[in-house]
Amino acid sequence: MMRPARVIATLIALIAASGCARIEPWVKPYEREDIADPIMAWDRDPVSSSYMRHVYESREGARGAAGASGGGCGCN
Amino acid sequence: MQLIRTAGLLVLLLPATAVAGVLAEDRADLMYHYYDGGGVTIDGPSLLVRKKFAEKYAVNASYYVDMVSSASIDVITTASRYSEERTQYGVGFEYLRGKVTYAAAFSNSNENDYNADTASVSISQDMFGDLTTVALSFTRGWDDVTRRGDPVFADEIDRRIYGVDISQVATRRLILGFSFETITEEGFLNNPYRQVRFVDPDAALGYSYEFERYPRTRTGNAVSARARWFLPYRAAFQADYRFYNDTWEISSSTAELSYTHPHGDEWTFDVHYRFYDQDAAEFYSDLFPRENFQNFLARDKELSTMQSHTLGFGIAYEFKPSRFEFLGKAAVNFKYDRIRFKYDDFRDLRSTGLAPGTEPLYEFDADVIRLFFSGWF
Repeated sequence: MMRPARVIATLIALIAASGCARIEPWVKPYEREDIADPIMAWDRDPVSSSYMRHVYESREGARGAAGASGGGCGCN
Repeated sequence: MQLIRTAGLLVLLLPATAVAGVLAEDRADLMYHYYDGGGVTIDGPSLLVRKKFAEKYAVNASYYVDMVSSASIDVITTASRYSEERTQYGVGFEYLRGKVTYAAAFSNSNENDYNADTASVSISQDMFGDLTTVALSFTRGWDDVTRRGDPVFADEIDRRIYGVDISQVATRRLILGFSFETITEEGFLNNPYRQVRFVDPDAALGYSYEFERYPRTRTGNAVSARARWFLPYRAAFQADYRFYNDTWEISSSTAELSYTHPHGDEWTFDVHYRFYDQDAAEFYSDLFPRENFQNFLARDKELSTMQSHTLGFGIAYEFKPSRFEFLGKAAVNFKYDRIRFKYDDFRDLRSTGLAPGTEPLYEFDADVIRLFFSGWF
């Protein structure tokens, strides 16, 4: 199993490499009206979602990978 | 350390591109939160403010308070009712350069027997014609654990979290998200007050208590995927799934469905259902056969075989405030969740007169409320 630091270093290298290649976007900028709608945001209310994450992490064994609203809880 | 240094060097090599990304809007949220379930009531205020400068820099600050009044089942069966307060402060900074956003944050959480400092850094980049956003994050936490009424006991936890997030525009109306996080912890990981019970034929109840003992290390991996669809009549539907497992042999699945329905420009309604299921930690038992039965002992219901079901809704009303002209818009939000926690191997010891291990299984319902005001300026 790869160590987390190595996985991250590899991903950063891939991101860096992406600057050299040009991929044609298949959803054109003028076709993004619907996904730019505020109701399509992953995390519309961070103050509320971070609170709910704390509610669950305090009462369940699992934690992490909460997506765009993620981040360390700092709680035990 | 060498690898982290390498990662830091690679960050410097990230390409700077001509077209800029965007930082989140200037916004302030003031929230009242309330939790009531299983004999525990927690409420308090929460404040989050973010402001950007020159479209390149952003700062944010947060303040959060938990006022706890606890007569939980653990407290009733092995201790006495207590009240306490936890206060958390946080600050963060973001710098946008081209399509790359660099962020750093720090927070402190403090209560009378526990102090936690958390620092994090992250980097995110829009790529492939802005259809893909990749974010990498690293968080470090330092906790100090003490025990009320015990001036001698003091211990620590060292925490590291490595995270990767990918957000992908799939079609004109579908976005996908993937996350992976590894969390490693080392130190005093159990609750210094909680006890386990073991069979004791000499005791009146048929069992006695001793303090929990956990391993001093824990590493968990969480991976999740989500999809959000824009529905043609202007509404959104989202499905989420997360799998988690760790070195304590806890394994869990979380699934969630949510639906967002705006009505006109002013109202937004949300409804969601979440299901959570986990297997117990390998050293968990509701009733150990004897005292000091094994090296590690736990009877924390958070580590038992359990499920939770959440059904919730939210209502948001957005308006242009006439009295506070510096606010471009404002919103009032009310969110309510009902959570049912059910345990497969954690028994309700409030039922007495039964043979140890035959008490009914424990379950409880919790009500969770958030009422908040948001202002964009």
